[in-house]
Amino acid sequence: MVTTRTGNAVDWVRIRDEFPILASTGPGGQRLAFLDSAASSQKPEQVIAAVDRFYRETNANIHRGVYDLSERATAQYEAARHMVADFINAASAREIVFVRNTTEAINLVAQTWGRRNISAGDLIAVTTMDHHSNLIPWQLLAEEKDAHLEAVRVTDDGRLDMEHLGELLAKGPRIVAFPHVSNSLGTINPAAEIIRLAHDAGAVVVVDGAQSVPHMPVDVQALDADFLAFSGHKMLGPLGSGALYGKLALLDAMPPFMGGGGMIRKVGLTHSTWADVPARFEAGTPSVGDAIGLGVAVEYLQAIGMDAVREHEQQLTACAVDRLRDVPGIQLFGPDDPDARAGVLSFTLGDIHPHDVAAILNEENVAVRAGHHCCQPLMDRLGVVATTRASFYVYNVDEDVDCLVSGLHRAQAIFAS
Amino acid sequence: MTDTLYREAILDHYRNPRNRGTLEPADFTYEDVNPLCGDEIRIDVRTDGENVTDVRFSGRGCAISQAAVSMLMEMVDGRPLDEVKAISREDLLDELGVPISPARMKCAMLGLKVLKAGIYGVPPSDDSL
Repeated sequence: MVTTRTGNAVDWVRIRDEFPILASTGPGGQRLAFLDSAASSQKPEQVIAAVDRFYRETNANIHRGVYDLSERATAQYEAARHMVADFINAASAREIVFVRNTTEAINLVAQTWGRRNISAGDLIAVTTMDHHSNLIPWQLLAEEKDAHLEAVRVTDDGRLDMEHLGELLAKGPRIVAFPHVSNSLGTINPAAEIIRLAHDAGAVVVVDGAQSVPHMPVDVQALDADFLAFSGHKMLGPLGSGALYGKLALLDAMPPFMGGGGMIRKVGLTHSTWADVPARFEAGTPSVGDAIGLGVAVEYLQAIGMDAVREHEQQLTACAVDRLRDVPGIQLFGPDDPDARAGVLSFTLGDIHPHDVAAILNEENVAVRAGHHCCQPLMDRLGVVATTRASFYVYNVDEDVDCLVSGLHRAQAIFAS
Repeated sequence: MTDTLYREAILDHYRNPRNRGTLEPADFTYEDVNPLCGDEIRIDVRTDGENVTDVRFSGRGCAISQAAVSMLMEMVDGRPLDEVKAISREDLLDELGVPISPARMKCAMLGLKVLKAGIYGVPPSDDSL
């Protein structure tokens, strides 16, 4: 039985009922089994209401406004920053920069810390299982600076090859970038160990937390991460919300990302000085209502408790793995050990193209993703063009697994006949 | 029973593709990929200058893209080039006979796109057309 941090049992069906979109049905009246939370999560009533309330009651531009509305909007925006900081146990709310998503957060680091600190011949280490958003920004930087990019290999069971990591670290990379949890395989990487080894090798570490922060307890101080990027919209928050965590000393020494209003201290026609962090990295009017919605999403997750979220997803995943193994022709990717796997299941079904699998599941109102999951190098490594991916979150229940499994049997039947 | 995209005619073309293979030599060959899903289709055409005398396709992809290109082969084999040029996406959608969602339209149309690019890629003054 999963319990909250206050010791009460979690009623997962009640939680599901708090997500209005999950009450919708398919053309044949089928319930919606939403299994694509790794791409973007659904939003609970509380988050939707908070964004709605912001535009009805508090909408105004933030900072510098001296009227009540602007002061209230500013206070709510900054309160959300504190909630996000508390959620990942940042030492200070100043270490949280609001961005649109993980991609923007990583580009911010590459274009500021990276451009200032990387020079010709330097090594940047990434992994073969990185999402394109934690690969392309480093490719662009390496190209611009004439630096080298090398990727840690992935083992046959979908883990990082720690021996190969050691070999790359011995070459003294300036940056080590890796995903805390693989969005394609669900692999939970040993983040604390990787960070410790990378620090010993003198690297700055950029953690892609897009698939970990929404789904398990993440403590940036315990991890000792230098940067952690994550998306609010994958953790029950509004689309357009996300955050970058950076250690204050690192952020403080970084030049601005984008130029404009809000990020300056004093502006002259030919020279200007920059605001303190995090304002230095938030040029222009931010997506205030979305950040406030993210704060409410964080409160929602904390009320459940991240240990309970992780346990719930682990149970669903274990149950799904067991039942998927009975589907003829299925090949599951990623680690077998349930402790090393988040709520992400990537698979192929015989030689049926993943698009066809997903289309047949869609006919049963089961929403999954099919494709390369923005991980083309990983697909090459696995020797597949694409996979079908089901991913779980707080609002999923056993019945969603039933729908997935029966949909896969139907796909088998259609293509086998 | 749920309405399905995968009606028998589509599955039949997927399982038993018409004119699958390559032609060496061909009067023109063209290939393209759908970057969204990695589907690849190549089409080889032989012509006597007026008609398509032989046509083959190869590549890989989902059932919709493979069935659509197989149906397209039947539509163009032996036909005058002018008529082949006039084939529209609606003609192919009629042949498929199921509603294709915007997300799958690129799959369904990949073969037609490749064929047209191949035909128009050859200059009109070229004797081989």
